[in-house]
Amino acid sequence: MSNSILASGTAASTDAAGDNTAENTAPASAGTVMSMQQALNRALDEVLAENPKAVIFGEDCGRLGGVFRITDGLQAKHGAQRVFDTPLAESGILGMSVGLAMAGFHPIPEVQFDGFAYPAINQIVCQIARMNYRSRGTLPMPITLRVPSFGGIRAPEHHGESLEALFAHVPGLKVVSPSNPHEAYHLLKYAATRPDPVIFMEPKSRYWQKGEVDPTRHDADGGSPAGAKVMREGRHLTLVAWGAMVARCLQVAELAAEDGIDIEVLDLRWLKPIDAAALAASVRKTRRAVVVHEAPLTSGLGAEVAQLITQSCFDTLRAPVERVTGFDVPYPSGDLEDEYIPNIDRILFGIQRVLEYKRG
Amino acid sequence: MDTLPLAATGDDAGPLTSAQLRELYSLMVAVRHLDTSAIAWQRQGIIPGYAPELGQEAAQVGSGYAVDTTRDFVFPTYREMGVARTMGVDMVGYMSTHKATWHGGLYDPVESRLAPIQAVVAGSVLHAVGWAHGQTLDQKDGVALTYFGDGASSQGDVHEAMNFAAVMKAPVVFFVQNNGWAISVPTDRQVAGGSVAARAAGYGMPALQIDGNDVVAVVEATRRAFAHARSGNGPVLIEAMTYRRGPHSTSDDPGRYRSLDEERDGAGEDPLERLRQRLLADGMADEAFFADALAAAKAEEEQIRTGIQALGPRPGAEMFDLVFQETTPALQAQAANWREESEHV
Repeated sequence: MSNSILASGTAASTDAAGDNTAENTAPASAGTVMSMQQALNRALDEVLAENPKAVIFGEDCGRLGGVFRITDGLQAKHGAQRVFDTPLAESGILGMSVGLAMAGFHPIPEVQFDGFAYPAINQIVCQIARMNYRSRGTLPMPITLRVPSFGGIRAPEHHGESLEALFAHVPGLKVVSPSNPHEAYHLLKYAATRPDPVIFMEPKSRYWQKGEVDPTRHDADGGSPAGAKVMREGRHLTLVAWGAMVARCLQVAELAAEDGIDIEVLDLRWLKPIDAAALAASVRKTRRAVVVHEAPLTSGLGAEVAQLITQSCFDTLRAPVERVTGFDVPYPSGDLEDEYIPNIDRILFGIQRVLEYKRG
Repeated sequence: MDTLPLAATGDDAGPLTSAQLRELYSLMVAVRHLDTSAIAWQRQGIIPGYAPELGQEAAQVGSGYAVDTTRDFVFPTYREMGVARTMGVDMVGYMSTHKATWHGGLYDPVESRLAPIQAVVAGSVLHAVGWAHGQTLDQKDGVALTYFGDGASSQGDVHEAMNFAAVMKAPVVFFVQNNGWAISVPTDRQVAGGSVAARAAGYGMPALQIDGNDVVAVVEATRRAFAHARSGNGPVLIEAMTYRRGPHSTSDDPGRYRSLDEERDGAGEDPLERLRQRLLADGMADEAFFADALAAAKAEEEQIRTGIQALGPRPGAEMFDLVFQETTPALQAQAANWREESEHV
């Protein structure tokens, strides 16, 4: 079912998003410039070194190093007991993760492409998400499920999906998505040391974008990777985004600045639990918000974000929270991808709707 | 069918002693009595529902008897009360799941070596493979014993589990209780080829198809399978042919899909009566022993029923506290609202 027909070379050479925002997202302190792929690889390498119970497995993640090379070289360095290939069966991979967690391991399984999480939904929803509850906390599920996520690489069907709302809706799961190499490094290291199941959604269109990574500290102010993060300060409007859309929103903010509009970009990072306090703080300051996500509009996380903002900022909001999202259509083919994923123009229109809102 | 190679050494342990046979009988009587009592509890309103196992006592007691709770781990579905009792699981904790006190039961799965009860019947089969592979990685000699039925064998997870286990040579014993019925659907409409054991060959895995109503055969087969898996030879499949003499659950009406004549013909020999006759024939037990076993079973059932009846509802806060190891602000807020709105402060 899920034998990938996407060669890694294709992924490496394709960047439909075409964003390059390293200068926007690099932390203030000095660090090493690397791609998100390298940052994730380094994080996994360190997790394996630091936790003898961490194990990485999935389809092709051993000898090949994964179709996106995120696990490149890890088997050679840490051994085939720690990093291993499994048969091609996602339910098997995730069901096996449950048993390994019960045996005291910290499994870091990989689902090769987001759409292939569907065959494993039973194990994710009925088993991984519930075992801690079912067992009254005696069988924790410290499973970090890495899912190459979202679109933007003109991939075949099921090789680009946005499943965050589906996962976030399930009690017992936590969901996080990094937006640049620095975030990828720190968020993965953090997620992989948590005692609860975390769905780690890697924006595959950003794998090959480079940025500065400071391994010594997460935020310039020494903050924690546990919440949302303001990636750009602004006064007039907050753009709320995650994953690949953060870089695009930073681009939009630069363009808007030319027209004198000062936009704040909030990288939500954790899609469950959502950092409602950071969300409120940003919007109480700017009094306007637009949520941007690749997933379909209806029942998407944008609705959840908008409600959280309404609840905490109703008195200060100058306009209803807008959403700029994918559409309620199956994820389209590569030729239509640019029409589907929120682009700069659509985000600017969303901003305009908010800025020009007149009370009826 | 028996494709499991005979062990080169005497790993299987010797023939069952008369004391062990008597112990097996006592366990089966305890399980039979508790099982039939649980149906009565449901009729009396003590518990809302139950999944009976009448007729499967030999399959459950015999297989559970082979488990070494100091190193093995067992993965049940929801009809393994006899296994739990044989393993020494706290039965009030076990029955609490049928009391609707807590999904998965109140017993401690880590201490008891019995994973929580759950109803997605092929789901735990894969967990057994993961746990067993963990034994390999840790260089331990524990074996995972996973239970499922003829119905669950239709699910893809069972195939994935067998394939994974065979590829990785994971120490797993797949124990199929083929009780003839997946609720209303008989085995011939459920299992293509008529046997789950026959599928093992496709995975290069040895299999045993045994008389699941003969507790001695079940103990011996399970011990052989454990010895094989424990020695690093990979998984084994046991298909114990038995019969679900009662309904699927206390909500089921078997009269809609089978006749009493069919039940009588399908049930075969009563596993308890069979062992009783053997014990009598071999002079290992007398009527006084059987009477004592039944009296002990009745006393035990009464104790468990008292425990069940004494169980109050769980504190509502647990609903929020046990979702995660590290709770979330949203859950804390919901718990606070619940306390306030329910005046549970």
